[in-house]
Formats: sequence, C-alpha cells, structure tokens
Amino acid sequence: MPASPPPPDALEAAQPHDPAAERRRAIRQATSVAIATGLYGLSFGALSVAAGLSVLQTQALSLLMFTGGSQFAFVGVIGAGGGGVAAAATATLLGARNALYGAVMAPLLDLRGARRLLAAHVTIDESTAVATAQRDLTASRVGFWWAGLGVLVLWNVFTLAGALLGNALGDPGRWGLDAAAAAAFLGLLWPRLAARSAQLVAAGAVVVALVLTPVAPAGVPVLAAAVVAVVIGWRSPPGPSAVPGVPGTEDVNGSDEVDGSDETGGREGTARRSG
Amino acid sequence: MSPIATWAAVLAGALACYLTKLLGHRVPAHWLAQPRVSRISALVTVALLAALVGVQTFTAGGVLVLDARVVAVAVAAVALALRAPFIVVVVLAAAVAAALRALGLG
Repeated sequence: MPASPPPPDALEAAQPHDPAAERRRAIRQATSVAIATGLYGLSFGALSVAAGLSVLQTQALSLLMFTGGSQFAFVGVIGAGGGGVAAAATATLLGARNALYGAVMAPLLDLRGARRLLAAHVTIDESTAVATAQRDLTASRVGFWWAGLGVLVLWNVFTLAGALLGNALGDPGRWGLDAAAAAAFLGLLWPRLAARSAQLVAAGAVVVALVLTPVAPAGVPVLAAAVVAVVIGWRSPPGPSAVPGVPGTEDVNGSDEVDGSDETGGREGTARRSG
Repeated sequence: MSPIATWAAVLAGALACYLTKLLGHRVPAHWLAQPRVSRISALVTVALLAALVGVQTFTAGGVLVLDARVVAVAVAAVALALRAPFIVVVVLAAAVAAALRALGLG
C-alpha cells in the first residue's frame, strides 16, 4: 500500500490521456476482480447448504441479497443455531458500508429510474473499488458496471456449483466445512485490519462475542459485538492517522477524493482487495 | 428453523440489504460523508466479521470449545499473512480440520 499516492494531476501529466485505453484497462481490472470474487462463491454455496439452507435459499441469497460478507454472516448465524431475525439483522448491519459506497458512486454514475435501481443492486466492495481506481469518469462508469454485473453473474454461477457440491459432500464436519466458515470470515476481515483502531475493535468484538455466547441466544453475541465498533468509532479523533487506515474509507479511495470531481485517483491496489 | 421461517429471513434480509444500498444512492452525499459515519460503518464491518471468526472458531452449540477448528484457523491466518488467495485459505482450513478429525484429533 503506497504511503502517499501521487496526486491525480501528476498522473495525468505523466501519462497522455487515451480514453479508449482507459476503458480497456477498466474492463481488464473488472474482469479479473469478477473472476476472483466469483470463485469464492464456491465456498459460500458449500457453506450455506452445510449451515442447513436449501440450494434454492442459497441461490436466493446470492441473487437478491448479493453482498458477500452479509451472505456469509447470514448463513453463519443460521448455522450456529441463531434465529431468522438475528441472521437478517447481522447481514443488514454488515451491509451498511454499501450505503457509503452508494453515496460515492451516485454522483459518478448520475443515473435515474430503472438504471439507478440496478446500479444500487450491484453497489458492492468490488464494483466500487474498481470504479474508484480509474483515472477518468467514463472508465469509472465502465469499471463499475463490468465489475458489478460480472461479479453478479459469476458469483451466482459459482454459488450454485458450491451448493450442489456441498449437498453431495454430506456431513459438513467430516470435510472441515465448519473450519472453512471461520476461515472465510477471517479472510474477509484480514484486509480491513490495517489500522490500530480496527485491530482494537476486532479484539474487543471477539471478547464480547465469546463472553456472551454461553448466556445469550445464538446470533445475539455477534450483533452485540457491533457496539464495540460504535463506542470506539465514536470516540476516535478524526485526525489524519484515522483516515488512511480505516478500511471502509480506503476501499473507496477516501470520499474526499471523488467528491464533486471527475478524477478518481489512480490506486490500482484498491481494485484487488477482497471482501 | 422451518423452511418457511428460513425463507422469510432470506427475503427480509435481502430486502434490507438492497434498501441499504439504494439509500446510499438516494440521500445527499454529504450526509454519509461525515468522518464519524464512515469510521463507525467501517468499524462495524470489522466488529461483526471478528465476532463471527470468534464464534465460528471457539464455540459450538452455545458453549466454548477448543477443537480442530482452532488449528485450522491458525493455519488460515498464516496463509493470509503469506498473501494466499481467499479460496486457497478457505480450502486449506477445511483440509486441516478434516485431516485432524480423520486422525481422531478434535
């Protein structure tokens, strides 16, 4: 991760502007992100049926909920014996960051009507990361749609494959699928742990969840851990140290960089983040 | 949970997640651009994922347990530190847990 990326102006000056090349670059990035992300739909599909959902319910999550972390959380809570309300609430809270991505993407896309409704559905980590990693407005839009729709298609195809595979495997414990679920959450968490405040929140959340597990109904300990984030996030000073490290703001290259401007920075690294 | 209850949760959760995304596209950008809002949102993601790691690794049926999953997740952490791709990390963790159980450990 570069400590100080070159300002967009410097990039523009260094490289002559070629809109067609920029569009091709956006499509290339979006395609590789869609393939990589789609592949781990395999693990989601397998874990979802292992948690007790049907193949059809699993597919409905990938098609309609369509936000990976929330889907993993939903089946994780159900698999641990939690109720439907706790599962849906955890998934919704985990999807809250998508609202921030929407606020970043809306002025860039400038859509109305049905297109805006579809754009909202494919506003996820990957589409926002690819869009905000582009150097001009058209490339941003192209990158957003190719990544968003590409992930939508591949994520669903691989979810189905994973669900059918999971069904065929039988006993989830024998194949270590319960451990795979834990590893999946760790994999989603890992790129977000750069900042000290994030590490602190993660440690606190684990403690809260484990302490509450023997005494609270299944699903509640995970939801309660969110309070740790609110407490620490509320108090952290908004100084410069908090900004580059907070993954939510980093994923979208910092909202200040894209706000009211055609230029969207140029850090390719953000497009390769998973989650 | 009955299939109907699971379906209700799937559809309600999906609707809530979609409305959250749409909200971001509909509200004025500066409402969500406040540092405190973006900071808490990012940290809520971290807190929920970390809590899920903890619960999935150290608990079963509402009690704390230490079993093959702990070793598997430790191996997953090492793989992540070595920048292994997500799917490799997940498959590796499953393989470690499955192997330990096949050997009668955990």
